Amino acid sequence: MTSEMTHSLLYLDAVNVAFDGFRAINNLSLTIERGEMRAIIGPNGAGKTTMMDIITGKTRPDSGQVYFEGAIDLSRQDEVEIARLGIGRKFQKPTVFESHTVNDNLELALTGTRGVFATLFHRPGAGSDTRINDILDTIRLTARRDELAADLSHGQKQWLEIGMLLAQDPKLLLVDEPVAGMTDAETRETARLLREIASERSVIVVEHDMGFVRELDVKVTVLAEGSVLAEGSLDHVSADENVIESYLGR
Amino acid sequence: MISRFLFTGADRKVFWTIIVLLAVAVLVPALNLLLPTDHPFHVPNQIVSLVGKYLTYAMLALALDLVWGYCGILSLGHGAFFALGGYAMGMYLMRQIGTRGVYGNPVLPDFMVFLDWDRLPWFWYGFDQFWFASLMAIAVPGLLAFAFGWLAFRSRVTGVYLSIITQALTYALLLAFFRNEMGFGGNNGLTDFKDILGFSVQADGTRAALFAASAIALALFLALCLFITDSKLGKVMVAVRDAESRLRFVGYRVEHVKLFAFVVSAMMAGVAGALYVPQVGIINPGEFAPANSIEVVIWAAVGGRGTLVGPILGAIAVNGGKSYFTAAFPEFWLFALGGLFVAVTLFLPKGIVGSISSFRGRMNTQSALRSQKIADMEAAE
Repeated sequence: MTSEMTHSLLYLDAVNVAFDGFRAINNLSLTIERGEMRAIIGPNGAGKTTMMDIITGKTRPDSGQVYFEGAIDLSRQDEVEIARLGIGRKFQKPTVFESHTVNDNLELALTGTRGVFATLFHRPGAGSDTRINDILDTIRLTARRDELAADLSHGQKQWLEIGMLLAQDPKLLLVDEPVAGMTDAETRETARLLREIASERSVIVVEHDMGFVRELDVKVTVLAEGSVLAEGSLDHVSADENVIESYLGR
Repeated sequence: MISRFLFTGADRKVFWTIIVLLAVAVLVPALNLLLPTDHPFHVPNQIVSLVGKYLTYAMLALALDLVWGYCGILSLGHGAFFALGGYAMGMYLMRQIGTRGVYGNPVLPDFMVFLDWDRLPWFWYGFDQFWFASLMAIAVPGLLAFAFGWLAFRSRVTGVYLSIITQALTYALLLAFFRNEMGFGGNNGLTDFKDILGFSVQADGTRAALFAASAIALALFLALCLFITDSKLGKVMVAVRDAESRLRFVGYRVEHVKLFAFVVSAMMAGVAGALYVPQVGIINPGEFAPANSIEVVIWAAVGGRGTLVGPILGAIAVNGGKSYFTAAFPEFWLFALGGLFVAVTLFLPKGIVGSISSFRGRMNTQSALRSQKIADMEAAE
């Protein structure tokens, strides 16, 4: 066991996944430190979403190592176990529980009871109310607390989903294209929100929008054809020959 | 807890329905038994048994609502659980016939004597006891639902595919129960019942008691469903319906939630079947017919799924209509049922109760907006 593996929060080494012969992930290695925020960019089909699927247990790697907190082998766990370990995921398309209120969406996501009988006899305590208030403050949805999630705007649904992730209190947060379809003002607000979240936990953001990545101002990993092409600051990777070629070439 | 029931709109509806059911459980048998037949308030015998039957249908529709309305599992095989509960009670009633059967065999039911069987099959043991039959009426549908649900939900079979295999389940049972060798009376099923708990099933008092039992059981199930849907688990169930895969990433075991709802629902359907059989006096494999299960879905849809009260009203209204139509215009019933389903789908997609609630909701928002405007105008002055 290497020291890099034991000290990092997330450690991927030589991971491969193929779908019907197509190599979606090709010898991918990646390390995320505790408390780090990382942006992942790459052209369509670079394997960004597949990488998230592997980390969250939706897809199993054909080979390679995926370790969380140095000791937990994620390739042996399913989505539910991984979620309970403290890895939260936000999807590209905002998915919230539409027929629940904003409050109930957050309440469901709050850490705590998850079992069938535990939830059947669960009575919300006062502590959960304070936590929900705090999260509503952070995601700026306090005024819409009792409205149905279905009635929120697209941007607000994205924030609610981020709020639900906060309620889960994960150690690692995976965020897939959080600003797709957002207005400029909403994009800026989302960048602020993510930086605030990253102050307490590790975050991986997959994004297409370069302006947004610049705004985040963090280390960038460029994926192409299922493996890492370049890593470093945004200015560093945008100067890289290979990166320019994979984005503009072909 | 009780005060919380009275405050929110949906809970209030359920609460009052429970009160009405309990009142009906007392009043209808009383008006049937205590008043002379020529009294204007006398409830005729045939109404008692007819409405008693509707109440068991309502229980079945309520059971379906728990899985379909709240968990999003469209079961097209709930009639199977109802029929299994019915068969368990039917077996008890068969064993009570004793020597009064055509062949006078003290142990074997008539159809077994007719088939030249000399011994009672092992799975008929214990059914001479009421408590055992009642237990089986709950346990057998529950176990079947557990086994079926465990396999189906774990393999993440959802949507149309799940609906189709529930149809296959009830159809397979239909074919199995038609066979004489199964030992459940083949296509004739079980009938010619005499006694239940020592009382004649034909007697007015027994009918009235069965009616009261059905109304009380329905009220209890309604309270149980309210408890489940009002809990955090109820919210998790609705979340399963809305965005099942999202919920997994929040850390909930979706398949356990579905399995719980499915098993509870199947057990409720089993009780409904067990109360149905002594009131209609027969149980045969026809109860497993896929069309029966589809009809239950129509009751729930007409009344309003996901409202608990809606499916109960739907079951009573549609079956009331059925009884009227099949007597008055027998050839038009199926057209009326089809037309009703099309009309509800087109004009009342949330069903009767769901549409009333959202209409009320709109009115309230409008009146709130109006009073807000008036307040604004007054402030401006």
